[in-house]
Amino acid sequence: MDRTQSFQFFNRGPSAAARLIFFVLLSLMLLFIDARYKHLESIRNVLALPIQPLQRLATNLTTQPGVLWDQFSGYLDTQGNLARENLQLRQQQTAYAAQLLQLEVLQTENSQLRKLFDVSQRADFPMQMAEIVYVERDIFKRKVFVDKGSNKNVIAGQVVMDETGLVGQVTRVFPWLSEITLITDKDHAVPIQVLRTGLRAVVFGSGNISNLELRYMPISSDIQVGDELVTSGIDGTYPPGLPVAKVIQIERDPAYPFAQILCTPLSGVDRQRQLMIITGLHKLPELPEEGVKTSESKSKKLRRSKQ
Amino acid sequence: MNEEFSRDNEFLLPANGTFIALTLFVALMLNWLPWQGLWLAVRPDFAALVLLYWCTHKPYRIGIGIAFTIGIFADVADSSLFGQHALSYSVLAFGGILLHRRIQMFDVSEQPLQVFPLLLISYAVFASVHWLTGGSISWQFFLGCLSSALLWVPLSVLLQTMRRTRSDPNEL
Repeated sequence: MDRTQSFQFFNRGPSAAARLIFFVLLSLMLLFIDARYKHLESIRNVLALPIQPLQRLATNLTTQPGVLWDQFSGYLDTQGNLARENLQLRQQQTAYAAQLLQLEVLQTENSQLRKLFDVSQRADFPMQMAEIVYVERDIFKRKVFVDKGSNKNVIAGQVVMDETGLVGQVTRVFPWLSEITLITDKDHAVPIQVLRTGLRAVVFGSGNISNLELRYMPISSDIQVGDELVTSGIDGTYPPGLPVAKVIQIERDPAYPFAQILCTPLSGVDRQRQLMIITGLHKLPELPEEGVKTSESKSKKLRRSKQ
Repeated sequence: MNEEFSRDNEFLLPANGTFIALTLFVALMLNWLPWQGLWLAVRPDFAALVLLYWCTHKPYRIGIGIAFTIGIFADVADSSLFGQHALSYSVLAFGGILLHRRIQMFDVSEQPLQVFPLLLISYAVFASVHWLTGGSISWQFFLGCLSSALLWVPLSVLLQTMRRTRSDPNEL
C-alpha cells in the first residue's frame, strides 16, 4: 500500500493511523477523567451553551405542528363538550373542596398531636414547577431535561415529583436546564417502605419505563399485590412519605432465594410535562464517629455469636 | 443504479467548507429530534453517516479530527460520557479513510454492505464503553446500525446530486 504512494508531493500531515491513535488516546483519557473524577462539568456547561438552544429548536420544530393542531381542534371544540367538561370539573371541585376541608381539620389535629408528642415539625417543602424540555436520546438511559437550571437555584440531588408521586432526582445542573434521572433508570435505587406493613426495602429501576423491581426480598417477606410503596427518607435524599410505586406482580419461586417482585411507578414518569422540583432538602444529623461504628459492629458480632 | 453516482469521476462542484459544515450540522440536528422508544432504537445515526460519506469521498478534507469534534458535540448533547461518541466517530472516520478507495470501487447499491461493518464497529465501540463503565447493553441498540446502512444509498445519492454542476437551476 505504501508503494503506491512513494512520491509525496504535498505534505498531508501525520498519517491516518497516527491521527487515530492520538484521538483514541485523547478520548480514552477524557472518558477516564469523566467517569472517575467528574472534573469536566464546567467544560460541559460551556459547550452546552450553544448546543442546548439548538436541541430545543429541534424539539420545538417537531412538536410545534402537534401543538398547533391541538390549539386548532381546541378552537373547534363544541359547546356541548365544553359544558359537559365544565360540569365534570365543578363536581370534581366540590369533591375536592370537601376533601380539602377534611385535610385542614386533619392538619390542625396533626400539628396539635405533634406538639403534644414534642416531635419536631416536618417542614413543608417549598417547591418549584418545571417543564420537560426534551427527553434524552440515549437508549440506555431514562433521563429528561427540564427548563429550570442553576439560574433558578436548582441543585443536583433535589427531588422531582408530580402530583401523584415520585418521578426522580436532579443529577446534573446546567445554567438554564437541569437533567433529571427518572426512578425507572436502570439500577437507580430508592429506599422505600411498604405502607401497609412498614417493611423497609430498596426499589430499583429496571430500565423499562413502566417497571420497577423490588430486589433482595426473601420469599417469606410480607408483601402483597397492590401494596403501596412510599419513600422511607432514610437515605437523606428523598423526603419521607412520598408515594413511589405499587406492587403489581409477585413470583415466589422456591428455587431462588429471593422473590421476584415487579412494581409500577405511581407517578406519570413517562406521561407528565409539568414536574415539581422540591427545594427543601432536609438536614440530617451528622453520622456518628468511626470508633462508635466499629464498636457497634463488634457488639453486633458478639450478639450474633451468642445466638 | 446510475453508474456515475458511485464515483467521484464525474465533474462535481468542489465540495466547499460551508457545504460540508452545513450537511454535518443538519445531520446533528436530525439526531437531536425528540426520538423515543422504539424509534430511538431504529433511528439511523445521521451524523455518523454524513461523516462517513465525507470521509470516503473527501478523505483529505474531513478526517479524524473533525469526527472527534463532532463526537464531542454529540456527547454534550446526549450527556453521555465525554469522549464516548468521540471515540466511536474517530474509529468510524479512520475506517472510512482507510477503505475509501475500496468503497468507491463499488456501485452505490452495493456500498451499504461495505459500509455496514464500519458502522457496526463504531456502534460496538460505543456500546462497549457504556458496558465497561458499568452500564448494560441492550441488543436493540444495534438495530440503529442496520438502518444507518440502509440509509446510506439515499443519503449518498442526495449528497452527490447536490454537488453536481447544472446549467439550468431547475434541473435535477
